[in-house]
Amino acid sequence: MRNNTGRDIAVGLFVIASLAAIAYLALQLGGLSFGGEETMRIYANFDEIGGLKPRAPVVVAGVRVGQVDSIGLAEDYRARVAFDVESRLELPVDSSASIVTSGVLGDRYISLQLGGDDLILADGDDIEFVESAVVLERLIGQLIHNTNIDSSKE
Amino acid sequence: MITQLANLGARSIFFIEEVGRVAYFGGQILVAAAKRPIRARRFVDEVFRLGVLSLIIICVCGLAVGAVLGLQGYNTLERFGATDSLGTVVGLSLIRELGPVLTALLTTGRAGSATTAEIGTMAATEQLDGLRMMSINPIHYVVMPKAFAMVFVMPLLSALFIVCGIAGGYLVGVFWGIDPGSYMTGLESAVTFQDDILGSFLKSLIFGILVGLISTYRGYSSEPTSAGVSAATTTTVVEASVVILIFDYFITALWGV
Repeated sequence: MRNNTGRDIAVGLFVIASLAAIAYLALQLGGLSFGGEETMRIYANFDEIGGLKPRAPVVVAGVRVGQVDSIGLAEDYRARVAFDVESRLELPVDSSASIVTSGVLGDRYISLQLGGDDLILADGDDIEFVESAVVLERLIGQLIHNTNIDSSKE
Repeated sequence: MITQLANLGARSIFFIEEVGRVAYFGGQILVAAAKRPIRARRFVDEVFRLGVLSLIIICVCGLAVGAVLGLQGYNTLERFGATDSLGTVVGLSLIRELGPVLTALLTTGRAGSATTAEIGTMAATEQLDGLRMMSINPIHYVVMPKAFAMVFVMPLLSALFIVCGIAGGYLVGVFWGIDPGSYMTGLESAVTFQDDILGSFLKSLIFGILVGLISTYRGYSSEPTSAGVSAATTTTVVEASVVILIFDYFITALWGV
């Protein structure tokens, strides 16, 4: 057999470097985790979700603790959002979920404000207290409307 | 008029026959792959020649493409005051589209043409017949390791291309004053494993199969003359490039990658 150890080493290095690149793409950028954190599924019904999308972050006090899994329409025509948060979190049942925006035109995400109840949310529970997304156009519309009313009174 | 119609018909039949021959050739490679010996040494040699020797061109081109994306993206995003999204723009376009496609095109030019020329020359100088006389199946000994090496190296090269491109975009972006942290955060939050990384991998795998198949088939079926080998090499580059771009559209349309 020909002696081409140098070539074999080069091939080995090439494969390792490429696998490292793939691992970097998958783990760091793709956010793939093996097993990883256990999550629990929480639901919340909103009147208006604005531009909330699946995989949007869920935060507590600005710290990311989970992400939106899916968004559907509930029977009462409200938006039903399912999201996963880390199971180790002990969220009181009277916690509230609000859809907020990062920046003026930035992405929507869900922010959780903790309540004071002794009972803890478990996997599959609903959050009852919600605050819908603020739609900027509607807000501006209301403002203009109110200004008109005010000026007509005078 | 009638002759033109007949011409068109003949061309269509020839095209379909050709597709059938390529598919049959692919089948022969698969059948050969099932037989022993597995030709591991030949395979490693081919990975060296197709993969390791393509490293420099892949990395340099990756850096250059990433840098151009960074520059173009920066200039465009600046109009909307959204330069913080540069990482997202560079990363997603590289991962979903440019990485697999440009790697496949570069590999076609660099390694696919060489594969065709080598097999074609072996056919022209009756080396393949020599192998047959020693009752060695040339598809098993020559073609199979080359085709499989091509399928093997394509996703690896594509991943390296993407990482180099992201680095290129990073360098340009940071030079123009984008916060390094927001570049990486934008990248990490926008890219998903399921849709983007797996899709990119699937694309480059399919491109690897296409380039491997076309380049070996063209070499194997080339006319055993110097003009024939050169024509076969040209055909490989043209066919593979066109097929890559067409397949790219359909993979994107079907899988939404």
